[in-house]
Amino acid sequence: MFDKTLAELAKGLDTGEYSSVELTEAYLARINKEDGAFNSFITITDEQALNQAKAADERRATGDATAFTGLPIAHKDIFCTQGVRTSCGSKMLDNFISPYNATVIEKFNQAGAVSLGKTNMDEFAMGSSNESSFYGPVKNPWDTDRVPGGSSGGSAAAVAARLAPAATGTDTGGSIRQPAALCGITGIKPTYGRVSRFGMIAFASSLDQGGPMTRTAEDAAMMLNVMAGFDKHDSTSLQTDTPDFSADLNQPLKGLKIGLPKEYFPENLNPAIAARVQAAIKEYEALGAITKEVSLPNTSLAVPSYYIIAPAEASSNLSRFDGVRYGYRCQNPKDLEDLYKRSRGEGFGAEVKRRIMVGTYALSEGFYDAYYKKAQQIRRLIKQDFVNALEEVDVIMGPTTPEPAFRIGEKTSDPIDMYMEDIFTLSLNLAGLPGMSIPCGQVTAEDKSLPVGLQIIGNYFAEQKLLNVAHMFQQATDWHLSVPPSVVAESK
Amino acid sequence: MSLDRSDVEKIAHLARLQIDEADIPEYAENLSNILDLVNQMQACDTAAIEPLAHPTEAVQRLRVDEVTESNQRDNLQSVAPMVEDGLFQVPKVIE
Repeated sequence: MFDKTLAELAKGLDTGEYSSVELTEAYLARINKEDGAFNSFITITDEQALNQAKAADERRATGDATAFTGLPIAHKDIFCTQGVRTSCGSKMLDNFISPYNATVIEKFNQAGAVSLGKTNMDEFAMGSSNESSFYGPVKNPWDTDRVPGGSSGGSAAAVAARLAPAATGTDTGGSIRQPAALCGITGIKPTYGRVSRFGMIAFASSLDQGGPMTRTAEDAAMMLNVMAGFDKHDSTSLQTDTPDFSADLNQPLKGLKIGLPKEYFPENLNPAIAARVQAAIKEYEALGAITKEVSLPNTSLAVPSYYIIAPAEASSNLSRFDGVRYGYRCQNPKDLEDLYKRSRGEGFGAEVKRRIMVGTYALSEGFYDAYYKKAQQIRRLIKQDFVNALEEVDVIMGPTTPEPAFRIGEKTSDPIDMYMEDIFTLSLNLAGLPGMSIPCGQVTAEDKSLPVGLQIIGNYFAEQKLLNVAHMFQQATDWHLSVPPSVVAESK
Repeated sequence: MSLDRSDVEKIAHLARLQIDEADIPEYAENLSNILDLVNQMQACDTAAIEPLAHPTEAVQRLRVDEVTESNQRDNLQSVAPMVEDGLFQVPKVIE
């Protein structure tokens, strides 16, 4: 059962092979038994999950079910969930029982999905390794000495370890795609505005976007069919039609034009990663695609401009955590300023404080033109690079990350080293484009197999195309079926 | 770009963040390194480039000015650290 995809589990529910209660009980038991090794969940919602499963079974019995009714999934602990602690990986929100639902949660509830619990993440989604979480690091199921990536590291590890068939994530600079790559699963960051940000705790509002983390592209399409759509509560929600993301999965790829940006294959790229990505591109050629070199000349400016825009927006968004209305409050404040400073100083971890300070500095008097405005100008150049390249090709491909999963603790002493982890992913957030990561092979490090991710980038609103391109690869290859060896052993 | 102790103290004050005295040198070094990284932007001539604030350049959506939300004060204040008579409590600000 734990090796089945969402689509396969839906069939089992349809045919009555098992009920949602049976499925949910099995997953909850597995999480409670196995997650000690991975720390992928912050909160396991046994009681709510079983209530939802009972309701789903009743709904199926009346013939009122959707494709998703009764399917258990996990949610990144950034999505506000009514009546459930929503911590965002921070001490600041350790005591926060959300009084309302994020739109994404509401949509899954309406579809009849079951929520198994809330997954671990970097604090306020700021990180690429899941080591900044107040609840401790998540372990990569492929090698528990290594990170799962971040910030949606708990979601990625839970799906890879077969603790949940699918999970939600969010991506501000690569936080869905990079952990998907490092844990050997499928993840898609939709076009900015496709998935509502309402109730999704804000990090950098012009970059944040929610999306699915699954085993297959087919499952990602199923998830996106629930998650996407206009929301009047989100002022930047897209007012475009929401297509059936499953409709085009099986379109043949003959004649597909794939752009290969030379900047995504630099000299210093890990040769084993480059080889796996090149092999995947050969596979696409065998499926009838044609490749073409393209250029994204401003790629090297993406990290510098991102590390102004994201911290600037974060410093503004996180000003709401003041110890007055919700969240952590310091003991015995001597005056209002002391209340603010100590509540924030004690409630936030080191990386969050660093980013708030960088953002505060960049937005402080006299520096606006040199930093924020400059970064927004470069943002336009980066967007224009993609627009130009996507006039010549249908999709762009390259590695999702420059290296496979690194060891826990390896990059914590140098924030810049950690920031470079997202060098191939964060341009897309600046441009607002959709992007995916799918497993395309493995490399060996210290006798352990570690997954490699292929990044697929498409034009605005081209999620259907990305899912089609990913699905056809998964029909022709079996990398997405690989199970971490330790997980296989534990399932027996 | 090098920030010193007083720069870090000033930024932390503007951000209303209490920083441990002992951590200031490390913050100064980290923040200086991050500013060195972001200053790579300055080599790019952007004089003629319009800033891009929204990826698809959407504009603020407007709606009819009518009441659409009910009063949820009690529900929303249920997570507040200190509340009395429907008011958030903070230390005295006027002597």
